[in-house]
Amino acid sequence: MASLGLVLNFLVFPGLLFTAVIGLLTQWVDRKVSARVQWRVGPPWFQPFADILKLIGKEIIIPEGARRTGFLLAPMAGLAAVGVVSTVLWLANMGGDGFVGDLIGVIYLLTIPSLAIIIGASASSNPLASVGASREMKLVLAYELPFVIAIFTAVTKVSPMTLRLDGILDYQAANGVLLGNPSCIIAFIVVILCAQAKLTYTPFDIPEAETEIMDGTHIEYSGAALAVVKLSQAMMLFTLPVFFITLFWGGLVLTGWGILYTIVKYLIIITIIVLIKNTNPRVRIDQAVRFFWGPVTVLAIIGMVLAIVGL
Amino acid sequence: MSTIIPIGPFHPVLEEPEYIQLYVNGETVESADIDLGRIHRGMELLAQEKTFDQDIFLVERICGICSASHSWAASLAIEDIVGVTPPDRARYLRTIVHELERLHSHMLWVGLAGHILGYWTVFMWGWKYREPVLDALEMITGNRQHYAWYKAGGVRRDVADEIWPEILKIIDEFDKNTDMLIGAILDDPVILSRLKGVGILTKEDAIHYGCLGPTARGSGVDIDVRRDDDYGAYSEVDWDVIVQPDGDCLAVSVVRLLEMKEACKIIKQCIEKLPGGPIVTEIRDIPRGEGVGHIEAPRGESFHYIRSNGTNMPERHKMRAPTFLNIPSFRPRVKGETISDAVLIFAVIDPCYSCTERMAVLDPSGKPFMTGQDLIKLSHEKTEKLRREF
Repeated sequence: MASLGLVLNFLVFPGLLFTAVIGLLTQWVDRKVSARVQWRVGPPWFQPFADILKLIGKEIIIPEGARRTGFLLAPMAGLAAVGVVSTVLWLANMGGDGFVGDLIGVIYLLTIPSLAIIIGASASSNPLASVGASREMKLVLAYELPFVIAIFTAVTKVSPMTLRLDGILDYQAANGVLLGNPSCIIAFIVVILCAQAKLTYTPFDIPEAETEIMDGTHIEYSGAALAVVKLSQAMMLFTLPVFFITLFWGGLVLTGWGILYTIVKYLIIITIIVLIKNTNPRVRIDQAVRFFWGPVTVLAIIGMVLAIVGL
Repeated sequence: MSTIIPIGPFHPVLEEPEYIQLYVNGETVESADIDLGRIHRGMELLAQEKTFDQDIFLVERICGICSASHSWAASLAIEDIVGVTPPDRARYLRTIVHELERLHSHMLWVGLAGHILGYWTVFMWGWKYREPVLDALEMITGNRQHYAWYKAGGVRRDVADEIWPEILKIIDEFDKNTDMLIGAILDDPVILSRLKGVGILTKEDAIHYGCLGPTARGSGVDIDVRRDDDYGAYSEVDWDVIVQPDGDCLAVSVVRLLEMKEACKIIKQCIEKLPGGPIVTEIRDIPRGEGVGHIEAPRGESFHYIRSNGTNMPERHKMRAPTFLNIPSFRPRVKGETISDAVLIFAVIDPCYSCTERMAVLDPSGKPFMTGQDLIKLSHEKTEKLRREF
């Protein structure tokens, strides 16, 4: 029975279905806020759902010369990985049993969608997609280092040091949120910047760059396969802020007024991400790599050092 | 090993169909080929089958953005044949509309540059600021685009004096918005990092390729038809030719942004000094002869040559839009740059293909390969075939 419960957790709540619905709603918030910044009206709330439904109904075209299995399976792997991350995060927040090192698992699984996109794009045998894939690869190499350092800043700050999400949440419940410490504020800034790249949002939408390489990594996807790609992006937009709230900002409180507070925290992070997206042009891949390995990594290391000396 | 990266014929960033092949090694562009010719419309041949008066309407439709430029250049060519000069009021009115056109064309480019850089906010804001200029054009001429306003000898309709305060208000507002945009764009380190030092066209190359307009002025070539070959009311108002020495994408952007300020200055002075009197010098008939008209369109010099054989139709109407000379400069510019910058470098000349399209007639024996009649016949046959199929 326990295993059936886990399967339900993964498929319905808080896994795939729940994450997909909230993710698409979040995407609507993103589109609406962007529209207001740009003096437009913006779409109605159900627009992202309509987009996905329409895509599912369309034909899937597999390009000539593409590796069929890799091309179609890669997006599914990405989708599954985001679903698992969401399940693990929510179960930890709802007081469920974590497992030793689930934080490591989350970091690992958050990289899977990027890798899946690289595999899918490479399998499509399109020159623009391969340019996109190589850019995505460089981007992953660039942001992963500061991202991991920033996350381990939070781990260092928790005493006793733990790699369990529920351990980190317990510590925050007892001693106040981690975001109250200077070191964790720095780490938080770093992870927000890396989130921008993980979501491939401007200024780091380099692998997709529609005006340069026409959606690059996604160029050959169509129909339901494209829907899966878009859906896992939307779910990522939901999962990353939840991860940051869990790690730095006291976790999700799901009772009484806490629900409202949780939603406010969530929307603040989303708004920051959307505003960064709308006030910057796209950078070049070499500039992005230099940015992440230079200033951002230095910032992350400063945060880490502060955490070690106890700030 | 070099891979070919295609841009076009249909590409999200380019409104018109054209095809660029980038020969790339990794992300570095080694060489490029540009293949035009997908929207050739046969304007020059059409112009020979219409009367002089109709021709002005026809050349307006060469380009939606430069419609004032082409019709003014054609009017100047006809006036050159006849040997008349338009009355003062017409010269000033023409100048006002032409500079309004420059405002909206440059603002459109600023928006497009934002779009190419993935900076959607600049795209939307630029186009929002452009909108009142179109309203001003509608107030003066009756149309947002294709003004049907220029005429050999003057302008077609007079303007009531009541509208000028409103126009001045729009221009003041636009001036302020331009200042804001200049600040926002030139102070943003991320934008600067994308534009500075990218796609450099040296002064020698600019002269060698015969570049025109902002493209040439961004490379330090000090040319501007408005000053060099005085027409309209430009010699009677105070303005500057903007020249930047660097030749990169930033320099061209700065030229365009500052030219908008200059255009605002010109419009304000023209409205202030606008004389009264007639708006057109009547042209009764057009004698045998040839005439040339060239003006500074937003993208560079627009050139029209008309030869008349004494009938009411031109014997030859040759037109050359500035993009024709600016496009080849893409090649020296893009060499050694990355794919990310290629589209930006291509768009920095503000290309306009349908104005530029030419058709090559190739036949080894020297006989015409295909005449206009043959093409029309071909088109009819194709339409008939399609109709039978569906």
